[in-house]
Amino acid sequence: MKLIADHVTYQYNKGTEQEIYALKDVNFVIRPGEFIGLIGHTGSGKSTLVQHLNGLLMPDAGTIYFDGEDITEKGYDKKKLRSKVGLVFQYPEHQLFEETVFADVCFGPKNMGLSRKEAELKAYEALKKVGVEEIYFDQSPFDLSGGQKRRVAIAGVLAMQPEILVLDEPTAGLDPKGRKELLERIRKLREKDGITVILVSHSMEDVAEYVDRIMVMNEGRLLYDAPTKEVFSHYKELEEIGLMAPQVTYVMRDLEEAGLPVSTEATTLTQARDEILKAFGRKM
Amino acid sequence: MIREITLGQYYQADSVVHRMDPRTKLILTFGYIVSLFLFTNVYVYVCAAVFLLVAVKACKVPFRFIVRGLRTVMVLLFVTVFFNMFLIKGEPLLTVYRFTVTREGLRMAVFTSSRLVMLILGSSIMTLTTTPNNLTDGLESVLKPLKLFKAPVHEMAMMMSIALRFIPILMEETDKIMKAQLARGADFESGNLIKKAKSLVPILVPLFISAFRRANDLGMAMEARCYRGGEGRTKMKPLKYAARDYAAYIYFVIYILLIVVAGNWIPKFW
Repeated sequence: MKLIADHVTYQYNKGTEQEIYALKDVNFVIRPGEFIGLIGHTGSGKSTLVQHLNGLLMPDAGTIYFDGEDITEKGYDKKKLRSKVGLVFQYPEHQLFEETVFADVCFGPKNMGLSRKEAELKAYEALKKVGVEEIYFDQSPFDLSGGQKRRVAIAGVLAMQPEILVLDEPTAGLDPKGRKELLERIRKLREKDGITVILVSHSMEDVAEYVDRIMVMNEGRLLYDAPTKEVFSHYKELEEIGLMAPQVTYVMRDLEEAGLPVSTEATTLTQARDEILKAFGRKM
Repeated sequence: MIREITLGQYYQADSVVHRMDPRTKLILTFGYIVSLFLFTNVYVYVCAAVFLLVAVKACKVPFRFIVRGLRTVMVLLFVTVFFNMFLIKGEPLLTVYRFTVTREGLRMAVFTSSRLVMLILGSSIMTLTTTPNNLTDGLESVLKPLKLFKAPVHEMAMMMSIALRFIPILMEETDKIMKAQLARGADFESGNLIKKAKSLVPILVPLFISAFRRANDLGMAMEARCYRGGEGRTKMKPLKYAARDYAAYIYFVIYILLIVVAGNWIPKFW
């Protein structure tokens, strides 16, 4: 299912004195199975953009096509769109409301009009996928730890079996172990179920490690849209807009300057290790 | 979705009235309202109207904004006029079917309605030119004497300003939760009343939880900064009377003198 943004523009406070462009002429195509990172400093329009993808916000100008259909057209079934494009907000655990974990995860599939049995099946699968064990199913979601709550909330969106999963800073506020675990789960989801994933993140390390393609937002515009390595090769420009390349990229650059024949393209630790070993192998 | 909200009805402008001390505005508004009830004499009402017009001119708020306050009391206004005109007995002026408009009735109708209109307009000027926070500050300071009677003035003012501070935050939170549930296929529009009310549960539960969490956090933060109530507490921006405030008081005193003279010594012709 292709998702296409065509000249999308959006303004906040339209018609008043404090008009702000949150999005300005944004264009991109998202193909099935991609793992995309969306980065940009605070207030660059990332969150506004992701809310357009499932029709929560409507562009003031331009259109968005999902599966060849214009979602901005009147009468377009937004409920269906929202089940196909699953959006997990920042701190999604703040949306939990049911008495039990299981009932909360059933909320999404039930809204889709599925029967009780089907909804429960979907909920069960989703909870398993995010790694919530069965002993928690009948507990109140408010009694869980922060990391578990987050997983339950993500399961709540996954239970609708979306084709595109958009995660707005899913690891914010989690400890390093929780971060890694969550991101690994997402990676697996994509590999096993073929879900397209869009990851909004502030962590360049996470982005470098997991995604294949990066979109960089700055002041409402799409500044870069390219494979990970290519985007991080613009690290100087990224710094100018308040972002960075991953730490290893800087280390590799310093090593190169110090005379070690390494490629500065490495963006993850594994790549860097291999590069350095290769460099020493050549030397010795 | 629910982005634009105006708190209270404050109208941003730069005028003498805006810059005035909130205590001045509170006391003068109160005094003005009382003054409206002192006399029933045409000259007094003319004085009151002139006093009000000067205030309207000085506060630089467009007239239509001030008049807006009248919308809410429109019904009350009509009822008052109607009852006064037809139900007060006296010298008949005009008879329509069974209803008789009397001279006294007409007089009372004009007086009470203009009294009501001026009362609303007068207090509108105060709320339009003072931010809710300033108003709370002023109220706390004006009500200080009540402390002698063990009234928790500071606590009330603190609660009021915290409540005001939290309104925009909770609005934003509601917006966020609503969107999150919409993303999970929630539907707030269709269905009958009961279904609609039920569909609010997924918003209200998280909203209450978040409100309690924020209240808890704020309480903790206040305690961490040694908040122990109003005792011995100083203000970052203490209220201070300026020349304009004294001028306003003098202006008000002149007005009071005028209406006392008009009310007592000028003969009523109506």
